[in-house]
Amino acid sequence: MTTGGQDKVKVRLATTSLAGCFGCHMSFLDIDERLFELAELAEFDRSPLTDIKHCGPCDIALIEGGVCNTDNVHVVRELRANAKILVAVGACAINGGLPALRNRLPVDDILTRVYRDPNTGEPCVPNSPELPLPLDMVYPVNEIVRVDYSLPGCPPSGDAVWKFLTDLILGRMPRLEYSLLNYD
Amino acid sequence: MAETTFTIDELPIPFTSGQTILEAAKAAGIYIPHLCYHPEFQAHGGCKMCTVMVNGKPQTACTHKAAAEQEVEVDTPELNSMRRTLVQMMFIEGNHFCPGCEKSGDCQLQALAYEYEMLSPHFVEFYPHRDIDASHPDVMIEFNRCVLCELCVRASRDVDHKEVFAIAGRGQNAKLIINSPTGKLGDSALAVTDRAAHVCPVGAIIVKRVGFAASPIGERKYDRGSISAEVETRETSEAL
Repeated sequence: MTTGGQDKVKVRLATTSLAGCFGCHMSFLDIDERLFELAELAEFDRSPLTDIKHCGPCDIALIEGGVCNTDNVHVVRELRANAKILVAVGACAINGGLPALRNRLPVDDILTRVYRDPNTGEPCVPNSPELPLPLDMVYPVNEIVRVDYSLPGCPPSGDAVWKFLTDLILGRMPRLEYSLLNYD
Repeated sequence: MAETTFTIDELPIPFTSGQTILEAAKAAGIYIPHLCYHPEFQAHGGCKMCTVMVNGKPQTACTHKAAAEQEVEVDTPELNSMRRTLVQMMFIEGNHFCPGCEKSGDCQLQALAYEYEMLSPHFVEFYPHRDIDASHPDVMIEFNRCVLCELCVRASRDVDHKEVFAIAGRGQNAKLIINSPTGKLGDSALAVTDRAAHVCPVGAIIVKRVGFAASPIGERKYDRGSISAEVETRETSEAL
């Protein structure tokens, strides 16, 4: 990761949203005009912003959301395998967040209650091979792969995202002052 | 006048006979973190947040009496790291989802986590299965958020004289129980005016029909300042 010199090597940044609400990505966009500054320092790999489907080797991966299905597991493993630094962003990535409220309920109970045939009322759980299977629980990212840093908040504010990212990119230990550290 | 003193982080601190380290520190304007301690109630020494080193030995400052010549360490990297670990363990032991909790911003557990810069709970989540008791018309218990500080137990026993709450079980099986024929809060003697209904430091015992209306985000107690900065003023005003 270098940021100076004539042939600037940009930091490669991947982002993804799993069992989350995209609020953390919205907050990421809330860094507003600093996106231009970020564009000087970084370029995007896999991210909803680029629509690249699979991640290549990158410096920093930001993961929003908990891990709730088999596809999420593949995604976090892919990001972990490719990223030098993996950051769990937001409440859901860190402790499962609100999606983890389902953790006390058996997953088959939830599915058979939610998916019913409108005519007969019988359970008809979608079973297309294209659909990833739900896990028994929603897991925090660090229970699936090793996480290097966590950026809490629901979502973390744009200022918190900016502070954290710039600390990381410039090689400082990321640190949030009191006003930027929030769990809600 | 010659005062008897001990030291906290090498500062001389005056104390009166019978005062605990925590009380003497508070009187001197020094913050010692705590969760289960409350000046109105008998000290309990349960949460261990107030652990300090007294002459090199760990002691709970809320129960340990101050004594002349004692050398007490409070604000050291080792102790603060231990306190962060304690908070992390309290977080994973229950279901603490701050974004959906009406106590968020006014919660002492959360405030302590902010104080010690907890960025994640670190340990594997327990995700315990605990039911909510909403049987009482005015007060609700969210057992998922209970940290077993026993403040409600002490308030109900010593102030309200009703003994509505108790802790049953030990270790990992310890839980808050309610003294009523059905075990439900609605069948207990608790009234919304009781001290016990308002003493919970977290979002476990909450008064109904308040919700998030108490104060908006940005103006809540710990939005305005850290628990270490507010602790003296808050407890004196709450004691009134």
